Amino acid sequence: MNRPIYLDYAATTPVDPRVVSKMLPWLFDNFGNPASRSHAYGWAAEEVVELAREQVAALVGADPREIVWTSGATESNNLAIKGTMQFHGGRGKHVVTVRTEHKSVLDTVRELERSGCEVTLLDVKENGLLDIDAFRDALRPDTVLASVMFVNNETGVIQDIGALGAICRDKGVLFHVDAAQASGKVAFDLDSLPVDLMSLSAHKTYGPKGIGALYVCRKPRVRIDAIIHGGGHERGMRSGTLPTHQIVGMGEAYWLARENMGAENERIRMLRDRLLDGLMSLDQVFVNGDMERRVPHNLNLSFNFVEGESLLMGMKDIAVSSGSACTSASLEPSYVLRAMGRSDELAHSSIRFSIGRFTTAQEIDAVIASVSSAVRKLRELSPLWDMHSAGIDLSTVQWASH
Amino acid sequence: MAYSDKVLDHYDNPRNVGSYGAEEDGVGTGMVGAPACGDVMRLQIKVGADGIIEDAKFKTYGCGSAIASSSLVTEWVKGKTLDEALAIKNTEIAEELALPPVKIHCSILAEDAIKAAVADYRSKQGLDTPTETAEAA
Repeated sequence: MNRPIYLDYAATTPVDPRVVSKMLPWLFDNFGNPASRSHAYGWAAEEVVELAREQVAALVGADPREIVWTSGATESNNLAIKGTMQFHGGRGKHVVTVRTEHKSVLDTVRELERSGCEVTLLDVKENGLLDIDAFRDALRPDTVLASVMFVNNETGVIQDIGALGAICRDKGVLFHVDAAQASGKVAFDLDSLPVDLMSLSAHKTYGPKGIGALYVCRKPRVRIDAIIHGGGHERGMRSGTLPTHQIVGMGEAYWLARENMGAENERIRMLRDRLLDGLMSLDQVFVNGDMERRVPHNLNLSFNFVEGESLLMGMKDIAVSSGSACTSASLEPSYVLRAMGRSDELAHSSIRFSIGRFTTAQEIDAVIASVSSAVRKLRELSPLWDMHSAGIDLSTVQWASH
Repeated sequence: MAYSDKVLDHYDNPRNVGSYGAEEDGVGTGMVGAPACGDVMRLQIKVGADGIIEDAKFKTYGCGSAIASSSLVTEWVKGKTLDEALAIKNTEIAEELALPPVKIHCSILAEDAIKAAVADYRSKQGLDTPTETAEAA
């Protein structure tokens, strides 16, 4: 059997071969520690690290001095949130964030709660977007930090970072943005976007896993405490030997993203529309999340009356993610879809398709055929589809709980 | 995710898929679970005049293990008396299908479906009705 068709680019992307070839010389031939100031091995490594810093800064419209290397967006989120609350603890203890954030934000603010911070978790609208007025109302005089993700990992919806950031600047609240799913997909310019801290990842943008960055704004100057100590690398904000090959990879990946974003987004949008058209011909299919304010890479669909995990099982030739977490003991469906007010049924029936650089139209057509046949088969098996077809409104049924 | 060969077999070739009319003679229907929990099983048994289960049919909304569990019990209840069918334990289902711990609830649901189908049959026949009837209203 051939390998499954990969439509899970929101989970991770392959490293672009052009990126791989740039990384390789920095493993054996040029292995120096960029912090070694006393010899040519170190100087060579430092030079490419600084070039990569410029490449990353260029994609997001930042000054290279505003880029701090980390191990990935999870660490960047931890550093931004914990580092801000530790440094500015005297100003207040209140943090505002959103229910649909990534776990690396939600678990971090929960951890802060244990050490005395107060956290407000905002709901989103049915389309997954924040209510701007609700956001404004949630900011209090003692609010130190607000954290909102640019692009949601499950639904691909794009929050209005410009508007939210302007409110934060107005109220003197620091604004952190998790952009792991946005870099290379959404064009933005931190020179004009009112954001104080931004988390970036390499492996969602055809770079290697294990490397990311935190943007720390210099104008106005944002100060944070380090959470990892030991040598004072990265201007004291993040100690630890810099992984030269990883950094070179992230730099090249971001450079390629900058060069190709416009054309690539258009091509991916075409593929997304082809997939959507193909699958909407099945009855009772719903798109999760706003269709306009959304990256073209993501299509999150609920196939009503079909459970997500069994659907995944029925399309073994496709690699995608399900919003149903029936494997966990809790049987909790996706918290992101629940926060959008989706019923448990629809959340259990959801599949996230995410399209990327190496997806082809032939693959999309094969996916349409495979998903359609699996959905039809499972609906034949589904007592809920039976009842729906018989005209029974399932919301009026009294279910035996278990 | 690694499913056992038996789960995969029942998923790929589910046995006895279908429905009887609920009012059909000698039919008992058990529907357990809830869409919000991610699984709903409907098990129907057709009982002969001699009190033996002649045939069974199912439809299931749920994960592969839930589909396999209900497919399996349609095979197991056939040829059994009602009391023999009621004696089928979820642990036997879980063992036969090699279900991992997180999927044990699927086997429990299948056991509940048998109980509900038998209770429905008995209540329709005016026989003793256990109080724990779990059936969709």
